[in-house]
Amino acid sequence: MWKTIKRWYHQLGSPRYFYGFCNAVLPWLVPIALVVLAVGLAWGLAWAPVERYQGDSYRIIYIHVPASSGALMGYIAMGVAGLVALVWRMKMAEVMLKALAPFGAVLAAVSLLTGALWGKPTWGTYWQWDARMTSMLILLFLYLGIIALQSAIRDPRQAARAASLLAVVGVINVVIVKYSVEWLQTLHQGATLKMVGESSINDAMKYPLLISMLGLWLLYAANVLIRARAEVLSRERRSGWVRKLVAPAGGKGGR
Amino acid sequence: MSGIWWASLRRELTLIWRAPADMVQPLFFFVVVVSLFPLGLSPKPELLALVAPGAVWVAALLAVMLSLDGLFRRDQESGALDQMLTAPVVTVVPVSAKLLAHWLLTGLPLALIAPLLGYMMQLPVAVLDTLMVSVLLGTPTLTVVGAIGAALTVGLNRGGILLAVLVLPLYIPVLVFGAGVVRTAQDGLPTDGLLAVLGAILALALSLGPVAVALGLRISAGD
Amino acid sequence: MLFRNLDFSADDGQIWQITGANGAGKTTLLRILVGLHGFYEGEVRWAGPLAPSLLYLGHQPGVREELTARENLRYSQALAGQSGDPDAALDALGLYGFEDVPAGRLSAGQKRRIALARLWLGGKRVWVLDEPFTAIDQDGVARLDARLREAAAGGTLVLYTSHHRVGEGVHRLHLSGDGAEVLA
Repeated sequence: MWKTIKRWYHQLGSPRYFYGFCNAVLPWLVPIALVVLAVGLAWGLAWAPVERYQGDSYRIIYIHVPASSGALMGYIAMGVAGLVALVWRMKMAEVMLKALAPFGAVLAAVSLLTGALWGKPTWGTYWQWDARMTSMLILLFLYLGIIALQSAIRDPRQAARAASLLAVVGVINVVIVKYSVEWLQTLHQGATLKMVGESSINDAMKYPLLISMLGLWLLYAANVLIRARAEVLSRERRSGWVRKLVAPAGGKGGR
Repeated sequence: MSGIWWASLRRELTLIWRAPADMVQPLFFFVVVVSLFPLGLSPKPELLALVAPGAVWVAALLAVMLSLDGLFRRDQESGALDQMLTAPVVTVVPVSAKLLAHWLLTGLPLALIAPLLGYMMQLPVAVLDTLMVSVLLGTPTLTVVGAIGAALTVGLNRGGILLAVLVLPLYIPVLVFGAGVVRTAQDGLPTDGLLAVLGAILALALSLGPVAVALGLRISAGD
Repeated sequence: MLFRNLDFSADDGQIWQITGANGAGKTTLLRILVGLHGFYEGEVRWAGPLAPSLLYLGHQPGVREELTARENLRYSQALAGQSGDPDAALDALGLYGFEDVPAGRLSAGQKRRIALARLWLGGKRVWVLDEPFTAIDQDGVARLDARLREAAAGGTLVLYTSHHRVGEGVHRLHLSGDGAEVLA
């Protein structure tokens, strides 16, 4: 088991192998992700039973919860990739870090938007500084910081390494932010409405939620692989295997 | 190694001392920003006392952040930074001396003047010492964490905006607990636990921060 | 990719001049050699740890304008762990009488000389110098040239970049778009 993991690590660490891996996986991953997501959303939005207290408005959790979890997972994954990039100077970890940021930022934004739409019928306002909304807002800021730093540095290698350090610091920060924001709530005794009353969610509501969550994560993974593949080609554009790839059939290598 | 640390500290203090504007301006900024609140909100004492902890803390946050923009810039432009990075001593040594010097001449004065600003913002006299202690415990964290951002942006000539985008989200826990301590004191509740939290965050920043700053400088140099 | 076909080895007591057009990567090569610039492929090997024996002078002299000539040199000396008398080193470069003047009031050539004064301090066996002859006058060039040869004769390895001046007995590495070439 451990040996297999190690072999994968080394193989996927090679850009050329990674490119082949993406080409093999993506034609399957994209349709599977879309189908799973569609099934989960359709089930949740159309067929799942109505919630006792919130009526139909609770159904937005089928978008909100997968987006929130995806945004958080994505940022943690960036921190892990950043650590690997800094400690082992692994080129592919730098590529992954860059590929993780845009979709994660979009998910954080979607989470905020759906949270606001849900807040209107439940809280009577689109925005509340409750712990989760505030944490997600800060997570979005952290994503935007990574993207801003990356785009400010011209050299792709240096940009990725700088973003790696920021992501590692950011992950530590996310943990502290979570506690600080929760503490802020206890200080104010403000709106600490639970998004879903734990007792009122039953299996018929839970399964579609899990399925949409899985679907969105798969879609995120597909997006990351597509972005990473493009980044690999751009970074390796002067190497032999990419030249051969873009060369016209029978030609003698591209420029 | 400790000889190099002391030599570095002396050099940094001399540098700031010879260009006192770098030291005075953050302090001036702090005072000006806090005085904007009564003018913009309302001079009503009850209202000011309510917003005072947050106002003083936000101003301190911005003052520290802006003062950090130039922390490594002149060393980088002059080539002195490359000397530190190629020296036969871990970069953390000159870096930690630099951070300490910076805090001594900007963060510490902010903490010392904070009670005066708190008083002007109609905070009760009884909580002014808590305000000072909270700023005293919080500003070193702000210096160290902000220096990571300053290290990563040192060669970019983008001014402070990029630094702000990177660093301000990282400052949020210090803001929450720093202002929270003062509000807790205003409510007459015990503040020891919260001050301990600020201290714990400081300990974390001090243990990991200088290494991250040194790494950030190496990355900016091209490593 | 920065360099192609770049392969050279240098020994104690040699002087190497690295030449090449603007943008050929001379500065980057030096920064890679001293460990300031990272890279993915290729290898740099030094016999033993580099940092204790390295004396690196970058493109910028590394002199802070707020500090005096002596303060600047003393700090570089402390940081690099070099032995020797800083005043004598400044004197050797014609900075006698300028020791207590803030570097900001000195000319570009004089600032460069403050940095170069480190070559007159002891304790370093690998010198990596980026454009050391820039901004100094003829007399300074002669002194520096003599100093480099003196050090090499004593077993120091000297690597420097420069556009001009190929002296006798200096190895030359020429960088160009097609690759690097060892001349002489």
